Amino acid sequence: MSVDKQPFKPLIAAFCCNWCSYAGADLAGTSRLAYPAEVKIIRVPCSCRVNPLFVLRAFQRGADGVIIAGCHPGDCHYTTGNYYARRRMTLLFSMLDYLGIEKERTKLDWISAAEGVKFATVMNDFSKEIHALGRNTRFGDLRCTTAVAQ
Amino acid sequence: MQRIGVFVCWCGSNIAAAVDIETVVQAMKSEPGVVYSTDYQYMCSEAGQGKLKDAVKEHGLTGIVICACSPRMHEATFRNAAKAAGVNPYMVEIANIREQCSWIHRDRAEATAKAVVLSRTAVAKVNLNTPLTPGTSDVVKRALVIGGGIAGLQSALDIAEAGYQVDIVEKQPTIGGKMAQLDKTFPTLDCAACILTPKMVDAAQHENIRIYTYSEVEQVSGFVGNFSVRIRGKARSVKADICSGCGLCMEKCPSKKAKDEFNMGLNNRRAIYIPFAQAIPNVPVIDREQCIKFKTGKCGLCARVCPADAVDFEQQDSIIEERYGAVVLATGFHTLSLEHYDEYQYARQPDVITSLELERIMNAAGPTGGKLLRPSNGKAPKSVVFVQCVGSRDTTGCGKTYCSKICCMYTAKHAMLIREKYPEVDVSVFYIDVRTPGKNFDEFYRRAVEDYGVRYIKGMVGKVVPEKGRLLVRGSDLLDDSQVALEADLVVLASAVEADASAKGLATLLTASIDTNNFYTEAHPKLKPVESPTAGVYLSGVCQGPKDIPETVAQASAAAVKVVGLLSKDKLLSNPCIARADELLCSGCSNCEHVCPYGAVSYIEQELRIHGRNQIRRIAKVNEAICQGCGACTVVCTSGAMDLRGFSNSQIMAEVDALCR
Repeated sequence: MSVDKQPFKPLIAAFCCNWCSYAGADLAGTSRLAYPAEVKIIRVPCSCRVNPLFVLRAFQRGADGVIIAGCHPGDCHYTTGNYYARRRMTLLFSMLDYLGIEKERTKLDWISAAEGVKFATVMNDFSKEIHALGRNTRFGDLRCTTAVAQ
Repeated sequence: MQRIGVFVCWCGSNIAAAVDIETVVQAMKSEPGVVYSTDYQYMCSEAGQGKLKDAVKEHGLTGIVICACSPRMHEATFRNAAKAAGVNPYMVEIANIREQCSWIHRDRAEATAKAVVLSRTAVAKVNLNTPLTPGTSDVVKRALVIGGGIAGLQSALDIAEAGYQVDIVEKQPTIGGKMAQLDKTFPTLDCAACILTPKMVDAAQHENIRIYTYSEVEQVSGFVGNFSVRIRGKARSVKADICSGCGLCMEKCPSKKAKDEFNMGLNNRRAIYIPFAQAIPNVPVIDREQCIKFKTGKCGLCARVCPADAVDFEQQDSIIEERYGAVVLATGFHTLSLEHYDEYQYARQPDVITSLELERIMNAAGPTGGKLLRPSNGKAPKSVVFVQCVGSRDTTGCGKTYCSKICCMYTAKHAMLIREKYPEVDVSVFYIDVRTPGKNFDEFYRRAVEDYGVRYIKGMVGKVVPEKGRLLVRGSDLLDDSQVALEADLVVLASAVEADASAKGLATLLTASIDTNNFYTEAHPKLKPVESPTAGVYLSGVCQGPKDIPETVAQASAAAVKVVGLLSKDKLLSNPCIARADELLCSGCSNCEHVCPYGAVSYIEQELRIHGRNQIRRIAKVNEAICQGCGACTVVCTSGAMDLRGFSNSQIMAEVDALCR
């Protein structure tokens, strides 16, 4: 049995919509609300821009968790984008579950531009969950990630 | 292959204190496509931008990565700098290593490692960027102002004076808003009506202003420069165009039990009414819930006495459809409902009133003709106690956590006015802090204490207890470290300012964001205080946050300048980051057409050359003037034909790869 010598440092990709969640992340920064450095943000115009393939790709490349954050239902800058995101991600998450991959590694949440505190809280909580789950070994493709190969 | 230059900003010590800049600079040198990597103290400064321009020339850069603050802050700055240097502005990407890195991570090694990852993610994206050119769209030279209080009126007047058409939509039967209800204004004690009503008249008579009262915005579509808005004009049941405003109908109306909203319910009005004497338009409205004709079908007295035959019980709501280039939100506020504050007995004791009710009592046109009388028995009070911060700065969950900003000053005003008119009345004020930042504000408050003998007690009120026809106010005096109990005939509560109930719905209609207190969020708290994050939507007055009249007017005029600046343009540059369908890949499935929230995708029959033969194919076509670039269509496209410029599938994939590397 192998034992991890280094403490587990997860990698979390966060897709944030430009209008709400990304601004919420900025507000968390301006308010100096800390969340783990393993959370790294990719800016997208809207949560509906997140193709399920992006999520799968992140897992394949060794991400331990993927979170998608958008505007609150009803507040989407493009009116309906977050509803599409919600349906697509619900489907994707249940598919992951079916395949035997912990669906807890994924999360969809609504964070408005005014919710810096919520942004930090959501990221802290999600990070804790990923720490509890440990490394993404079922999904990571050993050929394309250095993190898993070690 | 791109020739990418990476510029890492120190932001003084904002980034440099937490991130080892040199490590980032060196790490970027080995990234694919990077030919130049450097750092500077302030990239956004003129010298920093100069450095960027020099590097473009020297190294023949085709792509630029700025590792600095949020793109929401300076993306436009660096795009302009790139443009000036001869690089397409859309070849610039920002790695956000301040708000999303240096400001939140205290561990230097961790923050530096994250900055490297974020920077290489941006580099990976720029490698796949393509030069983009914005399209243009027309500007409708008409503005919409939602709300007809002092904020909306000032914005509308300023826009109209600049020569543009403005429509004001006000949900009440008259314009004027909350300021019309005020008696005097601080710190000058001039009468509110004397300074407001001329503005109302100016607006009503201005050739560039149309006013829709008793109307509400129902639907909004479109975008900056071209909003389509549907306004519902509620039926007044009185024909506004022929009513002369003589008031005979109001005199004869037998239904007299409706609470007079303008006087805060302190007296009653008729079912057909004009809110106040100087109302604009001076046309009555029938309160259909109170009107006997509407309730029972019998009556119709107003219609019989009307000399102009203007009463119309059959009148329907009217629908107005109009296009606007810009929208100003000026929805204002109301005061917090005090039903949860049992300790003050507001709901049970008529002599416990809010400041706005006192404002009406003190007003010569109010329910008591301007005499200070107790609502319970109509007698003059001997002692008045004011309670500050009722529902403001309240962390118990009942009220609001913020400071309502205006209460300290209006309470000082009320106290002073009472002492001036009725020197025999004792006036005390319970306060947490007295906050008087403003021109001549502290002097004003000191006058209340020193010249008018108002007793200020630092402490909270625990309970108001009715006792022998009076009220016993129990509270604490923190400076004296003692409990106090004051006998009062009138208790006045400074209830918190709250965003108007319509704010949330309008925020959804206009996709303007609101904060957790339902105040509209400004695009930048310091540098864009009157713009909402949604282009073409501007903020005016208390709807953005509590403020007094001078600040409201200043913000209203500022919003007007922004609107005028927008309307003065004939064409607007549109966002080039929009969807595009690859005609050779498109299978004609219509998925994209169904999910597009703007109806920007349509299908056309087009002749294409495929495998050496000409074929007629049904393919998706994106209307570039309408597409807003959300990307919903890209995900449903089964054939991978639809892509979003600036956020393409390959760009985001490359970002994911770089981030997870």
